[in-house]
Amino acid sequence: MIQLIAFYLFATIVIASAAMVIFARNPVHSVMWLILAFFNAAGLMLLAGAEFIAMLLVIVYVGAVAVLFLFVVMMLDIDFAELRAGFVRYLPLGTLVAIILAAELVFAVGAWSAGGVDLAARTAPVVSDTSNIQQIGELLYTRYIFLFEAAGIVLLVAMIGAIVLTHRQRGGVRAQNVAQQVRRRPEDATRLVDPGTGQGVEL
Amino acid sequence: MTETFISWGMDPNWAWGVATVAGILLIALPLMLAVAMIIYADRKIWAAIALRRGPNVVGPFGLLQSFADGLKVFLQETIIPSGANRGLFLIAPIITFTVALLAWAVIPFNSGAVLADINVGLLYILAISSLGVYGVILSGWASNSKYPFFSALRASAQMISYEVSIGFILIGVVLYADSFNLNEIIKAQQGHGLGIVNAFGFNLLMFPLAVMFLISALAETARAPFDLTEAESELVAGYQTEYSSMSFALFWLGEYANVLLMATLNAILFWGGWLPPIDWAPLYSVPGIVWLFAKILFFFFVFSWVKATVPRYRYDQLMRLGWKIFLPISLIWVFLISGWLMLTRYS
Repeated sequence: MIQLIAFYLFATIVIASAAMVIFARNPVHSVMWLILAFFNAAGLMLLAGAEFIAMLLVIVYVGAVAVLFLFVVMMLDIDFAELRAGFVRYLPLGTLVAIILAAELVFAVGAWSAGGVDLAARTAPVVSDTSNIQQIGELLYTRYIFLFEAAGIVLLVAMIGAIVLTHRQRGGVRAQNVAQQVRRRPEDATRLVDPGTGQGVEL
Repeated sequence: MTETFISWGMDPNWAWGVATVAGILLIALPLMLAVAMIIYADRKIWAAIALRRGPNVVGPFGLLQSFADGLKVFLQETIIPSGANRGLFLIAPIITFTVALLAWAVIPFNSGAVLADINVGLLYILAISSLGVYGVILSGWASNSKYPFFSALRASAQMISYEVSIGFILIGVVLYADSFNLNEIIKAQQGHGLGIVNAFGFNLLMFPLAVMFLISALAETARAPFDLTEAESELVAGYQTEYSSMSFALFWLGEYANVLLMATLNAILFWGGWLPPIDWAPLYSVPGIVWLFAKILFFFFVFSWVKATVPRYRYDQLMRLGWKIFLPISLIWVFLISGWLMLTRYS
């Protein structure tokens, strides 16, 4: 009973907030609705018995990806009049994309429900005495080890690529050498002198 | 607790609901009281180190100072700047406060005395603590004011940077304890050091992680010397500049609840949680919650001590420490620990 209530609560909020991501006028509000959608999707994962995936969803998407989204969106200089200006121009293209996506969705749902496996079994957790962290770990590091490592290498290449593309050497920057600063001792920098009366100190 | 309510003749479903609500209240209310007293303790320690008296007027030894402050902010008017984004401006302190309370659900206070004994407890804490940054970013942006916005940008960069190294440090602990459940992690520490001491912190391989976790915890909660988000000499009061009355107080309470949480995590992950420090039978007759609280208070004292003695970091130094020192070291330590465990435990 309580699972059913929770499921419909989470599912409704996911769909509603996903719609609000598109409908919100302010991009920052859009990102906030997106975060709410992620959160409730994590709730659905919990109901499906995949607590590890649920936590990862919150840590990775809410904790890191959405923060970066918010970071970028907050710094945009938003002009609402300009945002609405291109509406008519992009309408035909937008409609085409929407029709294709809707058709794909219908096909996907159709194929999904036409399959021989009954729907309830697809999300039901495998009954076992080990936690699903251990199960995922065992699968990832034995059966799917090559795919797992390949994904890691692809990500590494992407990361290095992003750094190479954005990194540039800027001239004329007064950068600090921390090692040099730490190495510096009082003896190198200060000098205790005792000048006689009427005599100055030579710098 | 559910069993108790069932034994009183309640319907199992109702008993579960009542027990959960009672458990939440049993944690949240004492936590609020603890936060009020810890703010007082923080001010007293800080004052003592600066050779001042600290709060000493309200109540005996000034003990009621925090309650007087609370009453004062409660009676004040909430001012919303006219240029602010109203909804987000009001939600931001609520997010900070709620998130600070949420993480306590998985903290074990004694063997089995935990509200939610879930097998991904540590991941849950990591997930919840990564949400804390939203309160700061949103308040900074929604205030529509320059200093809070600077503070929000600083805070988001700072918290994300240190979360990375905290994540790797936690992996070290999980590898040793072989579990994500906080109770299991504490039990794994029993007699860890040559069968004498109950703590991962005495393990030579784990001690550097404990030190890094303590420093990262300071950065994660934006306490001195990493309190660049509210550096008063440059940013007025940081992200809370435009806040007043209860909305300000919620930030305040949330911040200290987070500090307590980090002190608790230090105690649980590296120093044995509710286990007595030494694995000696008579010490187990003292309730575990006493040991846990003693450890929490010790780490809170360390936090205040650091706040009173250490000057503030510069922002580039903070980023350098996080990305160029803590991240590589914690990454290497994950390799070291897993290698050591492969040699000793799994070979």
